[in-house]
Amino acid sequence: MDKTVNQKAWFLVLPVFLVVAFSAVLPLMTVVNYSMQDTFGNNQFFWNGVGWFKELLDPSTDLGGRFLASLWRNLFFSAVILAIEVPLGIVVALSMPRQGWSVAACLVILALPLLIPWNVVGTIWQIFGRPDIGLLGYVLNNIGINYNYVSNEFDAWATVIVMDVWHWTSLVALLCYAGLKSIPDAYYQAAQIDGASRWAVFTAIQLPKMNRVLLIAVLLRFMDSFMIYTEPFVVTGGGPGNSTTFISIELVKIALGQFDLGKAAALSLVYNIIIIIVCWVFYTVMTNAGVERRDNKGVA
Amino acid sequence: MARIDLVDLAHSYGGNDAPPESFALKPVTMTWRQGGAYALLGPSGCGKTTLLNLISGIVTPSRGKILFDGTDITPLSTQKRNIAQVFQFPVIYDTMTVGQNLAFPLKNRGVPKAEIDARVAEIADLLDLTPYLSRKAQRLTADAKQKISLGRGLVRSDVAAVLFDEPLTVIDPELKWQLRSKLKALHRALDLTMIYVTHDQTEALTFADTVVVMHDGRVVQSGTPAELFDKPAHTFVGYFIGSPGMNIVPAEVRGREARIDGHTIMLNRNYDGLPPGAKIEIGVRPEFVNVAPPGSGLLAANIERIDDLGRIRFARVRVGDVKFAARVPARFSVPDNAAGLVFDPAHVHVYADSLLVEGN
Repeated sequence: MDKTVNQKAWFLVLPVFLVVAFSAVLPLMTVVNYSMQDTFGNNQFFWNGVGWFKELLDPSTDLGGRFLASLWRNLFFSAVILAIEVPLGIVVALSMPRQGWSVAACLVILALPLLIPWNVVGTIWQIFGRPDIGLLGYVLNNIGINYNYVSNEFDAWATVIVMDVWHWTSLVALLCYAGLKSIPDAYYQAAQIDGASRWAVFTAIQLPKMNRVLLIAVLLRFMDSFMIYTEPFVVTGGGPGNSTTFISIELVKIALGQFDLGKAAALSLVYNIIIIIVCWVFYTVMTNAGVERRDNKGVA
Repeated sequence: MARIDLVDLAHSYGGNDAPPESFALKPVTMTWRQGGAYALLGPSGCGKTTLLNLISGIVTPSRGKILFDGTDITPLSTQKRNIAQVFQFPVIYDTMTVGQNLAFPLKNRGVPKAEIDARVAEIADLLDLTPYLSRKAQRLTADAKQKISLGRGLVRSDVAAVLFDEPLTVIDPELKWQLRSKLKALHRALDLTMIYVTHDQTEALTFADTVVVMHDGRVVQSGTPAELFDKPAHTFVGYFIGSPGMNIVPAEVRGREARIDGHTIMLNRNYDGLPPGAKIEIGVRPEFVNVAPPGSGLLAANIERIDDLGRIRFARVRVGDVKFAARVPARFSVPDNAAGLVFDPAHVHVYADSLLVEGN
């Protein structure tokens, strides 16, 4: 390394330091500060040490109970939507046309739900599902299914899940479609010559060739669903009771509803750490997949 | 294992109604015998891959029939045709081990396990893949992957033919030699009909007993490497095969004489019945023309440069407007660039409209 030292470069980095300091570092430090204290209003703060964090992880306290309940709810929600969206997305991608004008039509139709803002999606489904004026709710109730997402926990969950599936399956399908398109024709021809059945083509060629895009799809959908806020908040408001209160909804309730800044700060830090860990896993897995691909190219 | 007959087979990607000149494969009728090693040789876009894909069933012909042992298989799908094909780029099943890859075509056809194991072991042994059998195929080098593709093509003993579509494109030059001789050995060991598509004349000439030269959608000649070299049936074969290619020169031919640039060359045969109005050319391989010091009775030429190919030297000369390649004998030297050309009459061929004319 015989690079010349150039201290002037610091001036070029300085604006970024300032922007990041005010937009990220200072707010984060404030949150860390709050998480160690308690307040009863009047801008008076009392030292609480790691008290909130202890409470957060102890299910017998109010804060811990609410946090852990919403965490499990959130994980359950993510698991359910992944179990539906990933296979469904693969099926959609497999049944899409491979050439012709219909490709463009399918892509546009699939992309539409992805372009709709979250709270509009929430509002659409909130009205769609209403038993009095919503098409879905009205029809269901008239054919004898007692459906009401405001009072029935199961209905509320079903609505939130179906809404997420409607909103995001397209993303999985588009990613899988891109993966499928990148498989050279020779693979299908070779499979034909090898006498492979449709199922064997899927398991031996299509699924393995899609595994990288599927990995991206799973991680993106996990992160997104783990942070979900707007859509269930608009539709169910976290209810009935607390049945659809996910972590982010709980956090907003504590921070802005009860104005418990200390508890909320501690909760958001733990929430943040969970997300950073998931990001790290995401990043590690992705870079490893990239390295593997480079290796393959290297020998080719 | 089968004899393959192509009957008036033709294909156009634009459908059967497309104009005849636009056909990717113009009508061809030929027979390939059981157990033969054939090469389809021609430049890119000459229709050789189309012909191969017609035989394997990936493409359905616009016209004509394909018979395996006399049975018309034209309407059958690839799966039902009993054909194996190896593609230009290695196709391997990533999630499987090398052994599972090799066993895949047999497993799909419900072959008993003991038989599969025996055959896979045999093929792996022939291709030196035995140490890798239980390894994941994904991590191997490109040439090992291509060996697996070859192995999958060869693993079925009952196939009518094994088709190779430029299978050595991705292989390093020194490994190419090894794999090519391996294929030749496999052909002898397994008694399979093999059809090998390539644009590389060395590959075609070393691999095949019969080379089918294609040009612009047509089969222009089918013969042994020696036939292609000694007696090209078409001027294209003349300059495509051989390095440098055959000299093709416009000439006036009358009886046993050919006139180039006012100079007369004697011919071995009598060419009296040449079609009137046809474009007449003579063709002679550079190996059968020697440069000599200029002299009377020799075709005068101007040497532009001399290529030293190691064991043999070729002069690039110019006769009038026509470029010529000719052999340079040992210890040849001339003070300036002027030289004369000495022809070997036994190897001077006459072409009318690019097609060989047999004299008498």
